[in-house]
Amino acid sequence: MTLLNLVLGLPALGFFALLFVPRDKPQFVRGLAIAMALVTFIASIGLATGLRGDVAGMQFSTDVIWIPTPEIHFHVGIDGLSLWLVILSTLLTPICILISWRSIDKRVKEFYAFLLLLEFGLIGVFISLDLFLFYVFWEVSLVPMYFLIGIWGHERRIYAAVKFFLFTMAGSVLMLAAIIYLYNRAGTFDYAAILNLMAGGKLSFSPGQEMLLFLAFFVAFAIKVPLFPLHTWLPDAHVEAPTAGSVMLASVMLKMGTYGLLRYCVPLFSEAARRCAPWIIVLAIIGIIYGALVAMVQPNMKKLVAYSSVSHLGFVVLGIFSFTQLGFDGAVYQMLNHGISTGALFVLVGYLYERRHSLAIADFGGVATPAPWLSTIFLITTLASIGLPTLNNFVGEYLVLQGAAQANFRWAVFAAIGVILSACYMLWLYQRVFYGDTPEPVTDHVYDLNHREWAAILPLVAMMVWMGVYTPSFLPPITRANTAILDQSRMNVRFRVALPPAPYLSAREVPHAR
Amino acid sequence: MRADFFPQTVELLRFLPEMVLTVVGTLLMVLEPLGGQRWSKLYGHISLVGLAGALAAAVSAYSTPGPAFSGMLIADGFAAFFRVLVISVGILTVLASYRYLGREGVDTGEYHALILFSIVGQCIMVTANELIMIFIGLEISSIASYVLAGYLRDDKRANEAALKYFLLGSFATAFLLYGIAWIYGLTGSTNLTAIRTALLSHDSTASPILVAVSAALMLVGLGFKVSGAPFQIWAPDVYQGAPAPVSAFMSAGPKAAAFAVFLRIFMTAFAPIGSGWEPLVWLSALLSMTIGNFAALTQSNIKRLLAYSSIAHAGYVLVAVAARSETGTAAAMFYLAAYALMNIGAFAVIAHLSGKGERFVGVDDFAGLAVRQPFTAALLTVFLLSLIGVPLTGGFFGKFYIFKAALESHLVWLTVLGLLNSAVAAYYYLRILVVMYMHEPSEAASDAEPLGVGMKAALVLPALGTFILGIFPSALLAFASKSAVLVR
Repeated sequence: MTLLNLVLGLPALGFFALLFVPRDKPQFVRGLAIAMALVTFIASIGLATGLRGDVAGMQFSTDVIWIPTPEIHFHVGIDGLSLWLVILSTLLTPICILISWRSIDKRVKEFYAFLLLLEFGLIGVFISLDLFLFYVFWEVSLVPMYFLIGIWGHERRIYAAVKFFLFTMAGSVLMLAAIIYLYNRAGTFDYAAILNLMAGGKLSFSPGQEMLLFLAFFVAFAIKVPLFPLHTWLPDAHVEAPTAGSVMLASVMLKMGTYGLLRYCVPLFSEAARRCAPWIIVLAIIGIIYGALVAMVQPNMKKLVAYSSVSHLGFVVLGIFSFTQLGFDGAVYQMLNHGISTGALFVLVGYLYERRHSLAIADFGGVATPAPWLSTIFLITTLASIGLPTLNNFVGEYLVLQGAAQANFRWAVFAAIGVILSACYMLWLYQRVFYGDTPEPVTDHVYDLNHREWAAILPLVAMMVWMGVYTPSFLPPITRANTAILDQSRMNVRFRVALPPAPYLSAREVPHAR
Repeated sequence: MRADFFPQTVELLRFLPEMVLTVVGTLLMVLEPLGGQRWSKLYGHISLVGLAGALAAAVSAYSTPGPAFSGMLIADGFAAFFRVLVISVGILTVLASYRYLGREGVDTGEYHALILFSIVGQCIMVTANELIMIFIGLEISSIASYVLAGYLRDDKRANEAALKYFLLGSFATAFLLYGIAWIYGLTGSTNLTAIRTALLSHDSTASPILVAVSAALMLVGLGFKVSGAPFQIWAPDVYQGAPAPVSAFMSAGPKAAAFAVFLRIFMTAFAPIGSGWEPLVWLSALLSMTIGNFAALTQSNIKRLLAYSSIAHAGYVLVAVAARSETGTAAAMFYLAAYALMNIGAFAVIAHLSGKGERFVGVDDFAGLAVRQPFTAALLTVFLLSLIGVPLTGGFFGKFYIFKAALESHLVWLTVLGLLNSAVAAYYYLRILVVMYMHEPSEAASDAEPLGVGMKAALVLPALGTFILGIFPSALLAFASKSAVLVR
């Protein structure tokens, strides 16, 4: 039982425990849920301190056979790429429980049970090292989010929930086909074993096959990211979800897509990825600018933040497909930044909604007068989101732009427009909501942060500053993991060029690469 | 008279499940006029005991695998797998029927006797190694099912269902019989292995065209029985009209038995002309999946919706058949088991909620079930997620295994189209989840009585099975793979 298994198992344990709690004890349910989430978080901190810098490859790994034939392993482990995403999930879950404390008052038990199940699925996605296991967690995380949106969401929640489910499902079935195809060729689902087979030249694909496999994976991930033009589910899902759902969706679930791109698409199908990179980057840049422009004209705060996610995630994709070390590092850093700052934005918008019961920007104004602390925190988050130096987003955006500029200077120029636009829409939002005259409903209903709300938002603000000021706490493991991925992607290309095309090997002929 | 005319004890042992079921079924028919409705609960208990005995007999028959009655039957692993499956389906059906029959005022012994006889037929079908026995088994099973479909004899829809099922079913069986006659004429045998040998031998005088016609005729007959497109037209009307527990039964047991026969005939006897029938099965699989899923999208009656879904699921199993490999056969077997569990569970929930005269069978009648009966709703959620194919359920693993077999046999397009189909299917299953969890409670959900003991068992057992098949599929999969070798 490694620490990692504990981090994965605790939310599942919490889920089952909650199922057996009587439904007329909501306070006990909340207490149990937050206790489990906090214990999980504390355990996950142990992962960060325990991750060694001098060891290559995956750590805290467990590899046991789950199903003997077809050979499926329960193989989990983390490196610098997954580490912070796991911690992001474990950090945000207790925060989500805190912010739902009062706002979720119907079917409390199910809500927290689904939230913990979601955490279980998300952690699983980030630590799976077996393609089948990865797919299992990928789909499992879908179900609780579907219910979170569908049961506790706003008016158009059902439409949003079904759309969310179907979009993801449509993408992921193709990925399943590709995973099965890979298995039939390689004889294993193991990520490392497949990489080894490819590096050793024992497993190779014709350019056409590789392209199809790449696309099958890519579309599944691109829907999740979401990359323009596959983003249309996102504004609906974000706006209709309850605050906790929006936070988990934006902060962690979208990262499943970018994580998948970096972990699977780039090293496994590097040649196809490089061939497609210019096109994907064009889509990413369109996403950056389009997302920002659409965000600017939104009358609804949540929708504005949702479209800003499309824009921010465009940076991540740009970084990944620049195929530079800086671009990769920036992309991963930006994933975390977006998780923290957009998560915080959704939390704060949720606070405003709880007070005023409206998300329309027009219903607010002059909030700074009745709620000065809320305004201060919102301002810090806004500044973080637009990339002010000393706050977290600046680091990520800078690295991505630097990496993109190394690859192609024009990409960086266009992407930088997005940074400017983000300042426009965020500051304008801030101005309209917090300054100006204070209408009567705002004076009557808006009050400042209470202790519980402070407890939920303060860790996020602290992270914004920490990640913006002292990157050495976070960046070294990320860089190491990215170097490995970059090497892998280069190696596969070189082998592909050096070797003549291998004859077709059926699953039986390839010995198991364990 | 030959010395081996009379069957030996070991042969009788291999035939024990059928004998137990026949005896208990006959006993029920005798008890019925004596006890009438006073003993209505007793009939159910007796048939449960009979089924449990048959289950034990089926397992013990596997301890001495081998042929029986001059090779007409063969009690091998494949037969044991399907026998256990159809008998389990019977047990779940009986468990789900207690309250339902009482509510409709038709809790007679005949109902249970018919279920038992139908299972006898199915057991013979899956054990038969010879076309005539297959035909006899099919007829026993079908005739009992025809009656069961129209069991609510005052109900217009049930009558329609029974008549339709009977007429179209007889028509299809005639095709099968005609095909049997042709192949007998061509090869001089009705034994599956003998037919295969005859088709493989070089000095065979059988014209390839005539063999193809015979195979095509049987394909039509069996295609009807498994409700594969384009022979699926009957299924929605019959499943909608038949009493809910009977729909549960028909969509799981007879279908599984028909697929067992399908696999036996086409993987054993017609394996030599496999490249000929593969495109037909390919097409039928694609049509079944597409027609089933797209037609289900617009259904508002939940029984009809599940009927179309069962057509689609027949399509998935046909994909495994089209793979023409041992993996494919094993995948089909595994999927049929997983499908039986989740579909019976889903139909059992309908039987539980439908109310007297099956008033509440609209999708909207499930509204708010999660508020009124969270446990029932949670179980139905498990079944629906399994039907969608979400991981950790048997439905997902079965689907995964089917498409793995298909890709191994290079059926890339069929795999891609099939998987896209399963994404389409998610929509209509989600609709049920949506009304159950996200709408205000309806009259049906509010009126529903609490789960009875039988119904609880009929829901919890398949749900547990669904999870076991999804999380620990190895045992069943290993058995299926081992048995799949026998069919070739």
